[in-house]
Amino acid sequence: MRQPVHGLMAEFETPTGLVQAARAVREKGYRKLDAYSPFPIEDLSAALHLHKNKLPLIVLIGGVCGLLTGYLMQYYITVWYFPINVGGRPLHSWPAYIVISFEMTILFAAFAATFGLLALCGLPMPYHPVFNVPRFALASRNRFFLCIESTDPLFDLKATTAFLQTLEPKEVTEVAH
Amino acid sequence: MPDNPNVVEQERLQDVIAPGYTFGTVTDQIAAVVLTRRTPLFWMACFGLGVALLLLFLWSVALILAKGVGVWGIRTPVMWGFAITNFVWWIGIGHAGTLISAILLLLNQKWRNSINRFAEAMTLFAVACAGMFPLLHLGRPWLFYWLFPYPNAMGVQPQFRSPLVWDVFAVSTYGTVSLLFWYVGLMPDLATLRDRARNPIVRYLYGVMAMGWRGSARHWSVHETASLLLAGLATPLVLSVHTVVSFDFTIAIVPGWHSTFFPPYFVAGAIYSGFAMVLALAIPLRAVYGLQGLITDRHLENSGKLMLATGEIVAYAYFMETFTAWYSGDVFEQAAFWHRMFGPYAITYWALITCNIILPQALWFKKIRSNPVTLFLISIIVLVGMWLERYVIIVTSLAQDFLTSSWDMFHATRWDWATYIGTIGLFMFLFFLFIRLLPMISIFEVRTLLPQAKVAGEKS
Repeated sequence: MRQPVHGLMAEFETPTGLVQAARAVREKGYRKLDAYSPFPIEDLSAALHLHKNKLPLIVLIGGVCGLLTGYLMQYYITVWYFPINVGGRPLHSWPAYIVISFEMTILFAAFAATFGLLALCGLPMPYHPVFNVPRFALASRNRFFLCIESTDPLFDLKATTAFLQTLEPKEVTEVAH
Repeated sequence: MPDNPNVVEQERLQDVIAPGYTFGTVTDQIAAVVLTRRTPLFWMACFGLGVALLLLFLWSVALILAKGVGVWGIRTPVMWGFAITNFVWWIGIGHAGTLISAILLLLNQKWRNSINRFAEAMTLFAVACAGMFPLLHLGRPWLFYWLFPYPNAMGVQPQFRSPLVWDVFAVSTYGTVSLLFWYVGLMPDLATLRDRARNPIVRYLYGVMAMGWRGSARHWSVHETASLLLAGLATPLVLSVHTVVSFDFTIAIVPGWHSTFFPPYFVAGAIYSGFAMVLALAIPLRAVYGLQGLITDRHLENSGKLMLATGEIVAYAYFMETFTAWYSGDVFEQAAFWHRMFGPYAITYWALITCNIILPQALWFKKIRSNPVTLFLISIIVLVGMWLERYVIIVTSLAQDFLTSSWDMFHATRWDWATYIGTIGLFMFLFFLFIRLLPMISIFEVRTLLPQAKVAGEKS
C-alpha cells in the first residue's frame, strides 16, 4: 500500500539533539530512516549503524585494474607491437614500467573513488521528496533533520508523529512525495 | 576522534578559528563572498590585471603558433630555456595544495580545514599553467596527442623507457586526481550555495553541480571514506610527480643534473614554493574579505613554519649538491658547479642563494613570522628564489656541458618573458574567477571545527 506521504521529518537545533533522537528512533524499532546534517557527525553514523560501506573495495578494484592496464599496455607495446632493440637490452624492461603503472593505478583508483561515491550515494539525483519541506534548505546551514520514511513497517502517521514529538524536536513536518 | 582524551589537542583546537562563530555565521560569511551582487574593487583590479596578462599570453601563443618556438630564446645548446623552467616552477607551486588537502588530512591537522579549498584550487590552476609550457615547447602543440599511446596508422608508439613519457602520465594523472579530489570536497558546499541562492538561475546551476547532495548521514559516511581514500591516493601521487619531474633531469647525463639526490630535493623545493604561494594568496584575500576569523594568524604562522622547514631542506640540498660535486672527483661535475657559482651566471646563482636561503632565515623570529606583511614579502622572495633555482639548474647545466666548443649563452627574448608573465595572468584569471564563483573556504569542514559541533553525552 502506498502511503500518502514520503515520511515524517523532525527538526533539531543541535547535533546532540539529532544523535539522541536517532538512537531513540532506532531503539523503538524503526529502520527506514535517514538523518540530515550540515557536516559529518561520527556519532550519527554510529547511531544509524552506517559504519561499513563498499567504497574501499571499489577503490581497490579500480587500483588493480589501473595497475594491470598500465603494466600490460607497456608490455604489449614495448615487447610485441613496437619493439626497439637498444644495445641488446631486454625488451621486457620492467623497472622502466614502474612509474607509469603506478600513475595508472592512482588514476583508476581515484576515478573509482569518485564514481563509487556518486554510485553509493545514488547521485546525481534530480529529485528527492525531502526537499519538499521548506525548512529543509537549512539542512545545509545550521539545522539537523531526522526523517522516518513511510516504507517502514512500523510507520503510522499519527503514532509516529506523536512519538517524534516526545523527542523534543523544534518541529515535525510531513514530507510530501 | 571524539573520545580522544588528549587535552593538548583539545586546547589547540580552540584557537584554530576565532571564537564566537556559529554554524549559521560561518555559512553566511563564506557564502556571502559568492552570493553577493557587489564585487569588491580589489577583485575587479586583480581580475582585470589577470585578463590583461592573459591577453598577453594569448598574443605570445598566437605568435609561437604562427612563427614557431624560435621566437623564444631557445637555441642550441640551451633548448629548454624558460619553457621548462616555468613548467617545473608552476608544477612545484601546485604541490603545497595537495600537501595541505591530502597529507595534512591524513595527519589529522584540523587547522588545514580553512585553507585547503583555495590551496587545492591553486594546485589545479598551477598545473594548468605548468601544462602550457611543455605543450607549447613541443613546437607543434596541435599534435600533443602523439604523446599518448593510441592505436594509430603510423606504426609507432611512445618510448616508455623515457622519463619524458613518464612525465606526461605523471602530470596528467596529477591534474585529473586533483580535480576529482577538489570536486568531491566541493559537493556539500555546492549544496549549501544551492540552498542559499535566491536567483533561480544561480540556484539551478549550483543545483546541477551539487548533483542532488542532501547531507544525508549515508552521504556523509561514504563521503568521509571517499575523502580519506582520495587523500591516501593523492599523498604518494604528489611525491611521485615532482620525483618524475626530477627524473627528466637526473636520467640525462648532463653535469649538474645526473644525481640521485634530485627527487627529495625537488619535492622539498616544490612544497617550499607552494607554501610561499599559499601565503601570497591568503594574506591579501583574508584582509580584503575580512576572513581573519577563519584564516587566523595561526594558519599564517603554521604555513610560515612549514616554509621555513622545507626551506632548510632546500638549503641542505644546495649544500650537499655542491659537496657531492666536489667529493665525486668528476671534473665535469666540478666544472659545472664552478661555472654556476663563478661563471657567467654567477649573479643568478647568488641571487637564488639570497632569496631561498639567506632572507627566509628571518622566519626563525616569531615577530616576523606572525606579521602578515613581512610574511607576505618573504613568500614573494621565496617564489622568485625558487624560479631562479629552476632557471639556474636548467640553463647553466645546458649552457656549459662537456664540450667547450658547444658552449653558448642563453638570452631570454621578450616573448620568453611575455609567455611567462602571461601564465601568471592565466593563473590570476582562473583563481579570481574561482574566488567569485565558488566558496574559497570549505564551509562544511569549518563547521566541524566549531565547539558546537561536538556531540555531548556518553559515547555509543
